[in-house]
Amino acid sequence: MSEVVVRVAGIGIYALGLTGWPVAAAALRGGDVPDPSEPPRPAPPLLPAVERRRAPDTVLYATQAAAEACAMAQADPATLPCIFSSTQGDIAITHYMCSTLATAPRELSPTKFHNSVHNAAAGYWGIATGCRAPSTAVSAWVHSFGSGLFEAAVQAADDAAPVLLVVYDAAAVGPLCTTIPFDCGFALALVLAPDGPATVGARLRLSAATTAGVASEPTLDWARALRARNACADSLALLQALAVGEPATLRIDAGPSFALVAQVMP
Amino acid sequence: MPRLPSPIPPLAVTAHTATSAAGRGVAAFTRSLRERRGGLRANDFSSAPLECWIGRVDGLEQDAVPDAFAAIDCRNNRLAWKGLTADGFLDTARAAVRRYGADRVAVVLGTSTASIGATEEAYRQLGVDGGFAPPYRNFLLHSPHSLVAFVQGVLGTTGPACTVATACSSSAKVFAQAERLIRHGWADAAVVGGVDTLCDSVLFGFNALQLVSDAPCRPFDVARRGISIGEAAGFALLERGAVDRAAPQLLGWGESSDAHHMSSPHPQGLGARLAIDAALQRAGLEAAAVDYVNLHGTATPANDAVEAVVVAESFPAGTRASSTKGWTGHTLGAAGIVDAVACLIALEQGFIPGTLNCDVPDPLCGPQLAQDNVDRAPQVALSSSFGFGGNNAVLVFGRGDRA
Repeated sequence: MSEVVVRVAGIGIYALGLTGWPVAAAALRGGDVPDPSEPPRPAPPLLPAVERRRAPDTVLYATQAAAEACAMAQADPATLPCIFSSTQGDIAITHYMCSTLATAPRELSPTKFHNSVHNAAAGYWGIATGCRAPSTAVSAWVHSFGSGLFEAAVQAADDAAPVLLVVYDAAAVGPLCTTIPFDCGFALALVLAPDGPATVGARLRLSAATTAGVASEPTLDWARALRARNACADSLALLQALAVGEPATLRIDAGPSFALVAQVMP
Repeated sequence: MPRLPSPIPPLAVTAHTATSAAGRGVAAFTRSLRERRGGLRANDFSSAPLECWIGRVDGLEQDAVPDAFAAIDCRNNRLAWKGLTADGFLDTARAAVRRYGADRVAVVLGTSTASIGATEEAYRQLGVDGGFAPPYRNFLLHSPHSLVAFVQGVLGTTGPACTVATACSSSAKVFAQAERLIRHGWADAAVVGGVDTLCDSVLFGFNALQLVSDAPCRPFDVARRGISIGEAAGFALLERGAVDRAAPQLLGWGESSDAHHMSSPHPQGLGARLAIDAALQRAGLEAAAVDYVNLHGTATPANDAVEAVVVAESFPAGTRASSTKGWTGHTLGAAGIVDAVACLIALEQGFIPGTLNCDVPDPLCGPQLAQDNVDRAPQVALSSSFGFGGNNAVLVFGRGDRA
């Protein structure tokens, strides 16, 4: 079976009570339970002020986490291929589009329409950072974290160069609340570098799981509870292993019948 | 800037199919191309149709998906089913799943709007509580991944399965992602392709951006006024090159970003050029080796102006280039696979399709632009796809048993 080894060179996060990696890492090591109130709208440092005002929330969450991960990795965002992964993209824009189309379709906003594409966050990020490297926007329903992690690791190995992974989802709004169980925003970013003497960060070895099993959970109650509120919180078991800094072996779902075994070697 | 990539070993395209307004299956698409018979019609879609032309696939209102997938029955998956069952593709793909094992066949498909048409319907029929009516209360039905979930279910695979949703480059990028998975040993074969269907989101959305033509689209014509939106499903089966040397081959791919604007191309086509260079590099070919270029050629004033200059400057005068959007309309997230199949038809059938509805070419076009079909058998064909967000993908295909 195949495997891929990468280094986690940078981490960024913006989620309920987890407004940056230092805060999140402390909480995941068993520190104070994170503040359960919705955090303020992020102001991502790499996004121009005008974009910060008009960009959808998912773009702000995603680019906030991305900027933090790039800074930690000391990586130039203009050079990093990026993989953006999300279950639903921007649910608020889907709600706007579908409710406008149901009532007054000819009044649809052109800006909201071009912001409705699944690769909107990737597009805003590339424009803000001047990045002409390849970028993709993927989805694997509620397995978008594992699937995005897998694609990012394969790309890092293929390019033999660092890549940026950004995983994000927003709270459901309007009638979509009756079918989409997400009730808070969550964005996570990792800079994954190929393993080698010049790279730093925890080693992550991914291989395909060959036996049936259940995905690893974080050990903390608040972190397990978040998994039911946003699919991106699937990342918390891995983030806890990275925060604690001890060797760990995790199972990460990357599809309904495809799972990764992730060995974390700090 | 990213380093120039190394050449890759070719993959065999052991099966392929496309269903669009230009016909169901390869034989029908080939006939339309040869006879220069386009599939566009005056817009008769939705309750309040805009004045424009569309590429619509007939029969989707009647033909449901198999019962086992009733929970995610929607126009997009109905078109996926119609596409999968054309040209015997489903049988060939299932045979590959049996041969390699369910966990060794990846499914990577592109879509722009997936099943959003079902979400639009749900919003038109809200229940008394203001929420979705019971038949619409299915999370997966309203997710961009609904297409891949359906196709993976039909094929019965358990390997990597991923949706690529980078707007109009989606189903070109799937070839790149799948090639990486096979070369790095994560899969032995991959079902790639894409499906996008007509829905109010794209009809009214592109209309709001003033990118929709009121007449059939006229790629690269001086008088072009925008796109005609179409719907399509297309699939290809990729296996290692040694499996079938006579099959057409995926020789290379290139991806890039414009870093310019959400809905307008880079004025000098910088991203497009980067993607073309990377694709040729992976194929181990010079631009002069490309006999045919299937252009993105949407017929918007901006896209075609930029692309005309890029092609004129990037390829020799002897290369032939055309847009087949006049036959199919712009099928958005399915455009990459439909154009890839047009390239495969050109390679296998030995002719180059021209550009339907292009009567007076934009003076920006170089000598490469083919208005009429060309009776010449290409050995190497290249396809370009560009999406919103400045997302570019280029594929290079070669004829089987190429010298």
